[in-house]
Amino acid sequence: MINIKELTFRYRGRGPNLSSSFGMCVAEFTVPLGASTALVGPSGSGKTTLLGLIAGTLRADSGSIHVNDQAITDFNDGELGRYRIRNVGQVFQAFELLGYLTVIENILLPWYISGDGRKFDIRKRAADLLRSVGLDSKQSAMPGELSQGEQQRVAVCRAMLNNPPVLLADEPTGNLDRENKQNVVDLLVEQAKRNNSTLLMVTHDESLLDKFDSVLDMRQVAVPYDAESQR
Amino acid sequence: MTGAMFLGWRYLAHHRFKSSILIASITLMLFLPAATRLLVEDSATALTSRADQTPLVLGARGSELELVLNTLYFHAELPAEIEYRTLVSAQSRGLANFIPIHSKFQAQGAPIVGTSLDYFEFRALKIASGRQIGLLGECVIGANVATRLGLGPGDSIISSPETVFDIAGVYPLKMTIAGVLEATGTADDAAVFVDVRTSWIIQGLGHGHADLARPQAGAAVLSRRDDIVTANASLTQYAEITRDNISAFHFHGSAESFPLTSVIVVPPDQKNATLLRGRFQDNELLQLVVPGTVLDDLLETVFAVQNYVILGLAILSFATIAVITLVFLLSQQLRKGEFQTLLRIGASRSYVSVLIASEIGFVFLISALLAAGLTVATRYYAMQVLQTFLTL
Repeated sequence: MINIKELTFRYRGRGPNLSSSFGMCVAEFTVPLGASTALVGPSGSGKTTLLGLIAGTLRADSGSIHVNDQAITDFNDGELGRYRIRNVGQVFQAFELLGYLTVIENILLPWYISGDGRKFDIRKRAADLLRSVGLDSKQSAMPGELSQGEQQRVAVCRAMLNNPPVLLADEPTGNLDRENKQNVVDLLVEQAKRNNSTLLMVTHDESLLDKFDSVLDMRQVAVPYDAESQR
Repeated sequence: MTGAMFLGWRYLAHHRFKSSILIASITLMLFLPAATRLLVEDSATALTSRADQTPLVLGARGSELELVLNTLYFHAELPAEIEYRTLVSAQSRGLANFIPIHSKFQAQGAPIVGTSLDYFEFRALKIASGRQIGLLGECVIGANVATRLGLGPGDSIISSPETVFDIAGVYPLKMTIAGVLEATGTADDAAVFVDVRTSWIIQGLGHGHADLARPQAGAAVLSRRDDIVTANASLTQYAEITRDNISAFHFHGSAESFPLTSVIVVPPDQKNATLLRGRFQDNELLQLVVPGTVLDDLLETVFAVQNYVILGLAILSFATIAVITLVFLLSQQLRKGEFQTLLRIGASRSYVSVLIASEIGFVFLISALLAAGLTVATRYYAMQVLQTFLTL
């Protein structure tokens, strides 16, 4: 379960395109364990920021975030890294596979970072995941040799490697054609269900919403942080 | 952290062309100064050790360096010749042992060294197979010559004609190989040793042919007047000295006027050495030199040049390091997205640092190993290269 309470966050001049006053406030927000939730809303409403806060790549200014009873807002940088690698699987819009690793090595990337578990077991798990998405024959292929749909399926496998309780997907279908969009969302929902993972996926595509247990509009969840109003 | 090292290795392996260029640059940067220094030091050691084992060299006035190099390494740059009488005269004074050297000709790329049996004792050269020179026309060959030409005792080797188109010139002599010397790692390994009289025959100062006084030789006689018999061009000279024709070989003129390229002088003690040097000090035609001193002068120049070379290489290395640093920094900039992905997945900043450090470490480790291997190989082959250079 993901639970957020009285959260405030503000970008302090970070990033070239962000004004120093951009931010958001979330009064309360809960995603039940094992549920698949689509996160919708206009650009700039804070969807990606919210995923970053749940993943621990961004730090809240105040308030709390609990993920399966862990108060991640109290974690230091090292603890956040460990939390992320063990509890959060992430799928990105641009896949973000490493071009110099083979498909199977890309899936094993979280293991190369954490080193948790026996190599034999983890390789078998990676191979099983790859088989489950129909890419068994592509183990030794390089990402550049795959279609975009195949690359995103590999990215989903990578996110699922550690059986994460939380699966975050930031517009994973943004670069895909219609058929691949459906396939990737089906895959994410199916994998989340199979692992009893909580899936939170950002999307702009309304045709995909019926595949989720619930749909959350960011406008109902978060209020944009307005520096002027704080004065 | 082994995961970070694995990723670093995979990155280098995937970009193998770029990695190879980096590794080659660093390898050369490490190898060149080390190899230059080692090559010069080893060469200096080899040169001085052979020179130090040779107390004095007597030869014609002229270049001391050419005289020493020809005597020690049978270098093809010939010093002016001296007459054999010089040795006979000096020997009669009994101040030292005098070993003749007549190194002027070649046989299949190997220098022919005309000398006496004293040379083998002086250089402590031992016969590995066969026996020592016993007859005129026999030779013993160095270990490298035997290996290179695939020759052994009982085989023969032919001296190279000096001028191919000179029909009146020196004819090649077929020499029988009596023995092969043990390898010593010196210039002796690459030489063919003959008795000094055999080298004079190669020079054409002695020869063998049918006895013109015998009636069978009538067709070869151009004229007879008193005791003087003049042969015509049909008289065939023997091209090989055998047990059957050895008695027909003879020298025209006095042996004392025959040439030597130098004489190795081995005085029993320092006192005799000093006396000998004093005697030849003011001689206008001859010089008695200490090979070690002559080569020290050469090496001083070599070391000075080496220092300039190493300074130049150091400047080049500095430029190389600057370029490599720039390459790494630009590479990190280009890979920012990749590092961001690793951080987002859960890697720590120290993990990314280890990844970058391991890539740099692998590049430098491989380069260092290659440079070390090349340096060892260079050192191994340095003496062969040096000897080839000196006998050219």
